[in-house]
Amino acid sequence: MKLISCEGVTIGYDGQRAVNKVSFDLEQGDYLCIVGENGSGKSTLVKGLLGLIKPQEGSITFNGIAPNEIGYLPQQTVIQRDFPASVGEVVISGCLNRRGLLPFYSRAEKDRAADKMKQLNITDIQKKSYRDLSGGQQQRVLLARALCATEKLLLLDEPVSGLDPVMTADLYQLVARLNQTQGITVLMVSHDLESAIKYGNKILHMKTETAFFGSTADYLKTEMCQRMMGAKI
Amino acid sequence: MIELLTELLSYTFVVRALIVGVLVSLCAALLGVSLVLKRYSMIGDGLSHVGFGALALAMALNLSPLEVAIPVVAVAAFVLLRISENSRIKGDAAIALISSSSLAIGVIIISYTSGMNTDTCNYMFGSILAMSKSDVILSVAVSIVVIVLYVLFYNKIFAVTFDENFTRATGTNASRYNTLIALLTAMTIVVGMRMMGALLISSLIIFPALTSMRLFKTFKQVVISSAILSVICFVAGIVLSFIFSFPTGASVVVINLLMFGIFSAIGLLKKKY
Ligand SMILES: Nc1ncnc2c1ncn2[C@@H]1O[C@H](COP(=O)(O)OP(=O)(O)OP(=O)(O)O)[C@@H](O)[C@H]1O
Ligand SMILES: [Mg+2]
Repeated sequence: MKLISCEGVTIGYDGQRAVNKVSFDLEQGDYLCIVGENGSGKSTLVKGLLGLIKPQEGSITFNGIAPNEIGYLPQQTVIQRDFPASVGEVVISGCLNRRGLLPFYSRAEKDRAADKMKQLNITDIQKKSYRDLSGGQQQRVLLARALCATEKLLLLDEPVSGLDPVMTADLYQLVARLNQTQGITVLMVSHDLESAIKYGNKILHMKTETAFFGSTADYLKTEMCQRMMGAKI
Repeated sequence: MIELLTELLSYTFVVRALIVGVLVSLCAALLGVSLVLKRYSMIGDGLSHVGFGALALAMALNLSPLEVAIPVVAVAAFVLLRISENSRIKGDAAIALISSSSLAIGVIIISYTSGMNTDTCNYMFGSILAMSKSDVILSVAVSIVVIVLYVLFYNKIFAVTFDENFTRATGTNASRYNTLIALLTAMTIVVGMRMMGALLISSLIIFPALTSMRLFKTFKQVVISSAILSVICFVAGIVLSFIFSFPTGASVVVINLLMFGIFSAIGLLKKKY
């Protein structure tokens, strides 16, 4: 089942196109990695999918998924330097979209938040203030919040930036497990091509336009991929 | 001390002022946390000046002040919110423009109709004598509505305050809650303005939140501390104003300033040791 289909999506800032006529489909259960250089429009595309920026052209269709069933980890979260909020408060705020108009969180949501904090190893800092955490810890808190927000689709914009190698490996494992065992569809923006190829079943290579979209196996055969892998080794 | 309090409470106007004041302080403190953190403090200031203009107009037309001011300020809240959402930099200037224009128009209306007198001074700097019985009833009703809505939407208000983009991206209507915050602020300002004065009411919103943030580090703690502080400062301000016959609004602000100093000092000491 097609969860998202994008057709000829164009998004620009002040007349300049950041995303040009990009088309791709996301099937349920997919693990799509979006790769590409800095400024190639990856984050802009993600924001377009989430409805944070309106596309100028093209259509984005969601099938069998409502906006309040999406989890999102932004690339940058501009949060005021001295914002008073505990880790627990931030994580559980991800459950907000399941409440609708109902006030307060129920036991189920508190347990859910506790469970996600455990998965990301932040249970023992849950009383701490978010602003006092290291960059990597903050990233984990925001990831836990994103996990709280969804059981269907996870949009991660460079989730491993700022994480140490152990945490990075853990995160890839965790996301792969969520994808395989719970059937959560994953869309991950990443600069880590090796992991993208290792975990993703589909690749979207952006260069403002679509440079490649298809299965990972096909991507491996392209010259573009070989060149990029070659540059690494 | 006890004698003083009994004497105070034997005046009807003091009792009225205390009831309304405590409720308004609570509302202002609750909303203030979000307004300060969202950098909407300017909106509070702008709204109070628009409120002043509306009050002057109501007086000139011989209408009930609150019934005119509440809708006018609510509309202004919508407008100011849109302005500051759409253009971050020019927003500030636009708000300053609207607020000083309203103040100017208000002053002209007043000087044209009744002349600059004690009334004007009261509107600007606050007086506890200003409220009639029907004002009190309306004020209490409005404050209770504000507090109930705040509590019911507390989690949503936290989410849009902390990270509006995430809240929007995950399917919550963030604009709706921004508007809610602005409308609740408008109501609080109108109700509190007569007592605190148009020029000073915004400090009731800003001070408790800033003071609490010196010491507390979670949102809930800051909200609760602001609420308690705000009420304490208000009551202390009333007592101060009664003893020395200072204007009410100014007395409350001075007490708030004192508290801010104390909390800042404790915060610094805590950091050091
Ligand atoms: N808020 C903005 N206003 C104006 N232009 C923007 C804005 N955000 C991004 N752009 C421009 O759009 C283009 C694509 O940016 P985008 O953030 O989507 O790139 P990206 O692929 O995510 O890059 P990175 O790998 O560095 O995260 C860039 O040229 C950038 O300058
Ligand atoms: Mg990016």
